[in-house]
Amino acid sequence: MSVTLHRRTLAQLVAGLRAKEFSSVELTRLFLDRIEASQSTLNAFISVTREQALTAAQAADRDLAASRGGALTGVPIAHKDIFCTSGVKTSCGSRMLDNFVSPYDATPVAKLKAAGVVMLGKANMDEFAMGSSNETSYYGPVRNPWNTALVPGGSSGGSAAAVAARLAPLATATDTGGSIRQPAALCGVTGLKPTYGRVSRYGMIAFASSLDQAGTITATAEDAAWVLREMAGFDPNDSTSVDKPVPDYVASLGQPLAGLKIGLLKEFFDKGLDPENERRIREALAVYEKLGAQLREMSLPNLPLSVPAYYVVAPAECSSNLARFDGVRFGHRCKDPRDLMDLYKRSRGEGFGAEVKRRIMTGTYVLSAGYYDAYYLKAQKVRQLITSDFTRAFGEVDVLIGPTTPTAAFEIGAKTSDPITMYLNDIYTIGANLAGLPAMSIPCGFTQGLPVGLQIIGPHFSEAKLLNVAHLYQRETDWHTRVPERYA
Amino acid sequence: MALTREQIENIAHLARLELQPAEVPVYQTSLSAILDFVGELDRADTASVAPMAHPLPGLSQRLRPDAVTEQDHHELFQENAPQVAAGLYLVPKVIE
Repeated sequence: MSVTLHRRTLAQLVAGLRAKEFSSVELTRLFLDRIEASQSTLNAFISVTREQALTAAQAADRDLAASRGGALTGVPIAHKDIFCTSGVKTSCGSRMLDNFVSPYDATPVAKLKAAGVVMLGKANMDEFAMGSSNETSYYGPVRNPWNTALVPGGSSGGSAAAVAARLAPLATATDTGGSIRQPAALCGVTGLKPTYGRVSRYGMIAFASSLDQAGTITATAEDAAWVLREMAGFDPNDSTSVDKPVPDYVASLGQPLAGLKIGLLKEFFDKGLDPENERRIREALAVYEKLGAQLREMSLPNLPLSVPAYYVVAPAECSSNLARFDGVRFGHRCKDPRDLMDLYKRSRGEGFGAEVKRRIMTGTYVLSAGYYDAYYLKAQKVRQLITSDFTRAFGEVDVLIGPTTPTAAFEIGAKTSDPITMYLNDIYTIGANLAGLPAMSIPCGFTQGLPVGLQIIGPHFSEAKLLNVAHLYQRETDWHTRVPERYA
Repeated sequence: MALTREQIENIAHLARLELQPAEVPVYQTSLSAILDFVGELDRADTASVAPMAHPLPGLSQRLRPDAVTEQDHHELFQENAPQVAAGLYLVPKVIE
């Protein structure tokens, strides 16, 4: 077996499995061993499901021997611990769900299972996906594989670190304000947040329902196309799932970019952007010009209001969604409750961490009598303004390209004392969530040894175009093939 | 905007969260700062703007036919419950 099996792309793994070059059991064991060897340093996983994984891999090998199975039969995967997985602990990074064993599979999990994947375990994450550094997890922070003193980003920090260190060839993730793209950027991997409604939210523990979207973290855009093709699609169990055919995202890769119009937002190249990060972005834009794309500078005047609008809308929806954790039907219950009110208050007070409580209270306040119009309704109107800005921009250009984050990864503990400093990490990513747009982050170089992410945003349901734009850049560059030395 | 101790305690009550005494001043500071920060929204002129209720324009919530599609799984679901008896979820006595 090749020593660099863990460095192969998804397409290469699928081909190798089908050619019987290696078995799913061998592949699964390789990644399980890599996870276990890294766990004390990176803490990328909350649960490792070795027994179930090996059983699933044996079944995959039988399918492969009989030339049965799906597009991804035998390929190992890590699921973010926000996705319900039947019979397996689903904690959402919280003490509240530390004892929760899901009775069913989330739709993205079920669809990928039907495609033949083998689950390795559940990736660590910020508690209830609320965080940008993976430091709010009840199970401790994930560490960045490029430098373990630094954060991996969040909330899908475990998924991003796992793929960056090649502990898994691919991972599921979710993005409410940047939770796929920001950790992908900070860990040097490819993150895809699809259009709102493209992938079902059924069984994905809800944070902010009008913003949450499931997507992928992979090494390459081509890998992301392979996974999205299986994950996407209509689901009657999600009332906001969109009934629209799923295009063949793999088949459309490779179309030339000549004539592609790329918009550069003035608001994305502001004073907050680290000059060295900006250089990497400009270098990537030069690659696109060489491929025949045209650059056009433009402005979205309402975009600077996206972080404040988000920090009204998201906490409001969070306070409502997290009301279900009441200590009665599932999840943490306090000891010896005096009465029902005491049961609610202590179960929730003990079960939720500091940041989750902060967001529940912010949401409760902005929705409370007398403040609803001033905060919530105002934010929903600003959200409309931001969305209209994007709609106007996509009348003139095909995609918007800019930075994913203002800086590279920062030190663990550096931003935990001031929530607003932490919130501003997502300044370039939140706009796409407010407008429901698909967006990606791909690696575009390094600053002081740390990866820099390039963000590509497109109109609704333009995933095929985004994946192609990312893929053609990855054909010209090799940033996406870099792996931290220790995990090479 | 500075929130008082009483306001934080009232919000926590509405949210059904018990706070430790030491947590109250922490949330006083951070929630006040967050409200100042989101106060930037006042800069936007939204007089003629309709609030956005759904991220995809023109789509509304779907309804399904009123037909039984699920089996009864209450025993499976109650495996996660802290306290159950005779198929019922138990809570402290609410009626004297």
